[in-house]
Amino acid sequence: MTSVSAASGIVAQDMCKSFDDHLVLDKVSLAVEEGTILALLGPNGAGKTTMVRILSTLIPADSGSMRIVGHDVVTDPDGVRAVIGVTGQFSAVDNLLTGAENLQLMADLRHLGREAGRRRVAELLEQFDLTDAAHKLLSTYSGGMRRRLDLAMTLVGKPRVIFLDEPTTGLDPRSRRTMWQIIRDLAMSGVTILLTTQYLDEADQLADRIAVLDQGRIVAEGTPAELKSRIPGGHVRLHFADPRLLHSASELLPAAAPDQDQLVLQVPADGTVDSLRGLLDELHEARISVERLSIHTPDLDDVFFAVTGSHVTAQLNGDPAPQGVPLS
Amino acid sequence: MTTLAYTLSDSRVMLRRNLKHQLRYPSMTVMLIGIPIVLLLLFVYVFGGQLGAGLGAHEGRSAYLNYVVPGLLLITVASAVQGTSIMVAMDMTGGIIDRFRTMAIARASVLTGHVLGSLIQILVAIAVLIGVAFGLGFRSAAGPLHWLAAIGILVLFAFALIWLAVALGLAAKSVETASNTPMILFLLLFLSSGFVATATMPAGLRQFAEYQPFTPVADTVRGLLSGAAMPAQSWPWPSRPRPRPRPRPG
Repeated sequence: MTSVSAASGIVAQDMCKSFDDHLVLDKVSLAVEEGTILALLGPNGAGKTTMVRILSTLIPADSGSMRIVGHDVVTDPDGVRAVIGVTGQFSAVDNLLTGAENLQLMADLRHLGREAGRRRVAELLEQFDLTDAAHKLLSTYSGGMRRRLDLAMTLVGKPRVIFLDEPTTGLDPRSRRTMWQIIRDLAMSGVTILLTTQYLDEADQLADRIAVLDQGRIVAEGTPAELKSRIPGGHVRLHFADPRLLHSASELLPAAAPDQDQLVLQVPADGTVDSLRGLLDELHEARISVERLSIHTPDLDDVFFAVTGSHVTAQLNGDPAPQGVPLS
Repeated sequence: MTTLAYTLSDSRVMLRRNLKHQLRYPSMTVMLIGIPIVLLLLFVYVFGGQLGAGLGAHEGRSAYLNYVVPGLLLITVASAVQGTSIMVAMDMTGGIIDRFRTMAIARASVLTGHVLGSLIQILVAIAVLIGVAFGLGFRSAAGPLHWLAAIGILVLFAFALIWLAVALGLAAKSVETASNTPMILFLLLFLSSGFVATATMPAGLRQFAEYQPFTPVADTVRGLLSGAAMPAQSWPWPSRPRPRPRPRPG
């Protein structure tokens, strides 16, 4: 765990929370340095949202110490609320107001003052590409526009720490990219961001550090590169035309894992050209013909499956995140 | 700014939000103001001839109009607080309340906005209903002080019912529930002196009607609007049973 000075970013130690008998967070500790993005990655029900709700003062923790930019979540919730912005899973917008009125409402509640408030509203409408729709009712907004407005509302008071709970769930690929760019720009401007996501590629794209939460515990934490290097996920997949070839190949390469159904042999490899050439030469000398091959470099999917229980596999297979499996 | 100034400023912002909601959701606002008017027409023109005959006056329908207006003013209040309950539940079940709760704002301001907004809506609805009643031939011997007292009693009663509706809206798990629970108020109104004198009810029901809160309020407002009753005699919370003012034949 990185050491973070008490005055900056997010520091949580030994957070515990149970609902009835169900332990949702089990002594979770994490730290987010000022101006960086931490992605909290985990399957459904891992405790991600509970964690965000505790850190953003919505619900109390059973125990543990949590500080946001030096303000204690338990003893100084208003101090915390003054420096944070939260964009939850469900759009927190007022459907009976227009986009501009929603932003103005936030400006008024942040006590920005008439002139400064109006300027900030115009600025955010511009920045989030909502100027044209500013005076339309929210019922006419698309999902992507609502998400953008939601985030814009969070930013009205220029928060120093932002919590984003699954900010891109349900967005189309283009809106998702736009959202990513906005989040990156925010971190560049010095805002500390805690982001929860179920998408491995999203964490990979955005986060400076990733914490993997599973069944209420942090099971892995580090930079995306560190996490990837921690697991031996790199391999070459050899596809064969018939079972006999697969059988001889797996005798030749005892470290490899054969898959009889798909006629595939999965050979551990570090992804270098030399090791690949060595492998192909070996097969060639043994006169085993390979139909085709694909190279798989370790990605966060491997990390995820290695560190979380196998019970998540089924859930994640349903995720529309094909970018998470680069095969080139 | 001080804490108090923040509270006032936040409450004003929330009130403005609530009033905008009423304008943006006109189907509900119009319905809540319209229901009492439809009921007024129904009671006066459909039931009024027969019910008025029971008042012993020579012109039954117009006598009954004078009798029933306080009851419909209370229907107006009950109808409007149903809207309060719905609006509160819409806020609480939507995502926006979590946003408010993660902001450093005066906690009470959300509900203050609802309560003041509903009160303003009720005043408008009462004015509309009284206007329609006058158009139908409602006549009152009340002086300005009587009117002020009658409106004052209605506003205080409305204030109390609004908070009840806020509680129902907060407790409701869904907007549908929040829209149904205040219906009990309509039922209570029909079991009061709002539409017929409690003396005509069978024993048991009569006792219930006489001692439930809508009856003293309806009687007080009726007394004040007739211009006859003195406020001291008709204060709605008597320490012991007291004679109720009789409706004056129109």
